[in-house]
Amino acid sequence: MTQNLWIIPILPFLGFLVNGIFGRKLPKMIVSLVAVVSVLLSFGWVMKVYLTAGDLAANPVTEHYFTWIRSGAFNVGWDYTVDKLTMIMLMIVTGIGSLIHIYSVGYMEHEGGYYRFFAYLNLFMFFMLNLVLAANYLLLFLGWEGVGLCSYLLVGFYIVKHSATTAGNKAFIVNRIGDFGFSLAMFLIVVNFGTLDFGHVFAAAPGRPTGTLTAIALLLLLGATGKSAQIPLYVWLPDAMEGPTPVSALIHAATMVTAGVYMCTRSAVIFTHAPAAMETVAIIGLVTAAFAATIGLAQNDIKKVYAYSTISQLGYMFLGVGVGAFSAGIWHLMTHAFFKALLFLGAGSVIHACHGEQDMRHMGGLRKYAPITFYTLCCASLAIAGIPPFAGFWSKDAILAASYAHAPWMYWIGTITAGMTAFYVWRAMFMTFFGEYRGHGHPHESPVSMWGPLAVLAALSVVGGFLFNVPKILNSMFPIEEAAEVPWLVYVSVLAGVLGIGLAAYMYVVNLDLPERITKAIGGLYTLVYNKYFIDEVYDATVVHPLVEGSRSVLWRGVDQGFIDGIVNGVGQESKAVGGVLRLMQSGNIRSYATWVVLGSVALVIALGIAGGVSR
Amino acid sequence: MNGLPVPNGVPISWFLLLSAVLFALGVAGFIIRRNILTVFMCIELMLNAVNLTFIAFANQHRQVSGQIFTFFVMVVAAAEAAVGLAIILTVFKNRETLNIDEVNTLRN
Repeated sequence: MTQNLWIIPILPFLGFLVNGIFGRKLPKMIVSLVAVVSVLLSFGWVMKVYLTAGDLAANPVTEHYFTWIRSGAFNVGWDYTVDKLTMIMLMIVTGIGSLIHIYSVGYMEHEGGYYRFFAYLNLFMFFMLNLVLAANYLLLFLGWEGVGLCSYLLVGFYIVKHSATTAGNKAFIVNRIGDFGFSLAMFLIVVNFGTLDFGHVFAAAPGRPTGTLTAIALLLLLGATGKSAQIPLYVWLPDAMEGPTPVSALIHAATMVTAGVYMCTRSAVIFTHAPAAMETVAIIGLVTAAFAATIGLAQNDIKKVYAYSTISQLGYMFLGVGVGAFSAGIWHLMTHAFFKALLFLGAGSVIHACHGEQDMRHMGGLRKYAPITFYTLCCASLAIAGIPPFAGFWSKDAILAASYAHAPWMYWIGTITAGMTAFYVWRAMFMTFFGEYRGHGHPHESPVSMWGPLAVLAALSVVGGFLFNVPKILNSMFPIEEAAEVPWLVYVSVLAGVLGIGLAAYMYVVNLDLPERITKAIGGLYTLVYNKYFIDEVYDATVVHPLVEGSRSVLWRGVDQGFIDGIVNGVGQESKAVGGVLRLMQSGNIRSYATWVVLGSVALVIALGIAGGVSR
Repeated sequence: MNGLPVPNGVPISWFLLLSAVLFALGVAGFIIRRNILTVFMCIELMLNAVNLTFIAFANQHRQVSGQIFTFFVMVVAAAEAAVGLAIILTVFKNRETLNIDEVNTLRN
């Protein structure tokens, strides 16, 4: 029985077409209706597939629509496939996507370019669904690039704001580096396997030399570090917060940035046969998690805190993938989608309440004014802090347990990071919701279209972890490794979370002048962290500046203006000079011309006479 | 051969000499005179000098092609006279001059 999987991505695409072409003329009501309903229907179709497809583990649904590229023996088809991993991703993308679309209706109500926003958002859904449904690397890459495009468009959504457009450019250009790695990986796969189909590649991969697989895996990892904001390509994500908050929630927290994790999990066969690459994944994930968490400690912009938190949590997912706990990584991907989307939407609600203020130093006391936002954000913050039984606890614990089995030092760094996570998230909570209101105007609660999705996500953040036990669901794909149970691990990581929350409460509720004194005491270190370790400045000095200056002085002024223009202009100049000499002969006097003709003929005749006449 | 008269007693060098003199006169007139009409007549003179050469060689070599060439030249000369005189008339109407040195507006 055919499942018509193509309906899932095509619905948002139709929404994009309608809103993109006619949206300017349509009333807001219709625009939002088209956008929200198309995604909801898509979610409905995912559910229909889930209920009717039977056992996806034993019989994944694969559908071939048409051959996209045919070149000799090399074929790329427009194929969609759904197995359990895809099904989880589909539910996350369409489910959370629907909630965020509904939320956006309220959030974007007073913004210009309303139809443009929803058109882009729908286009994003199309590409993201294409990415997770794809049955070969090229189709996945199509979605991969498409979501990058939408990310660029939506980060730079406020087109009159210079910082937003530069942030969009940064996101796009940094991702180019990662995509370059991804392309090289695909070329290597084509050369070595002769196909890009997941099925064929993964069936043949175990027999290939480790060196080849390591190269492919590392290049794929480079692609993933770009899309999923890992060291060294994470720098675009904090800037991407220039976009509207629902975009930050959907694209830069819940779905797109997890595409790298999904892709690595999808390519698990390649990674598991390349141990060196696995180790690299784990270390990059761990270092990113810890590094981004330290930056998060000192940020004052509420969205920046959550942005660094996202980078840090993505690091956890890569740690899970790297230590071989693929299903734990996907589990964290899912729970993170719940609570981080909630955190961002909550942040959006807070910003909405404070009339566009994003600096937490100008908030405070919002508990009284926006109670629903407060309670829902509490759920999310407890979840990300890893407090049982909230969602984040289960998945983070699974990753930490797997990393302990892999290498205990990874576990310890991961646990310390978990403590820091709890601290900075609750620091944000205490700064925004407790104490007295420090901003201007009168804060207010958000409309129902905004707090409705918050409530649903809050419920998911509470029960999502144990309700959807991803490792059990994916057991057929990624068997749970029977590691020796170390019972005290759980207590230590929960303790780290509780300590983090406690410390945040002590510093930002009880003893309010303590942060000031600590800042003064550590001075230079604080400046370093507050300025994000000056990584942007270092990149600017080592990569961007030499490139720009090199292009300007060598390629532009030197090669283009000096050399190429020199040749073109030189030819022109020379022709003009020669013409200037020849011009003297053109006196305009007809009798002088006649004289030249006569002299010429005489010269010819004389020459003929000397040469001895015309010979036949 | 058949039909053409036998060469008479006048040697070909005389014809060529006359032709050269006529041609030289034409060239000299063309270069020296300033009146367009005179210049035009000098051109006709040069054409006729060439015609005389053609006829002389045709007679010498007993071949008609030289005579045919002459007809061609005469036709071209007639056409040229028609066009040339028309141009000269127009020039005179517009400029009220026939001085060849003053008809130089294409310069610069």
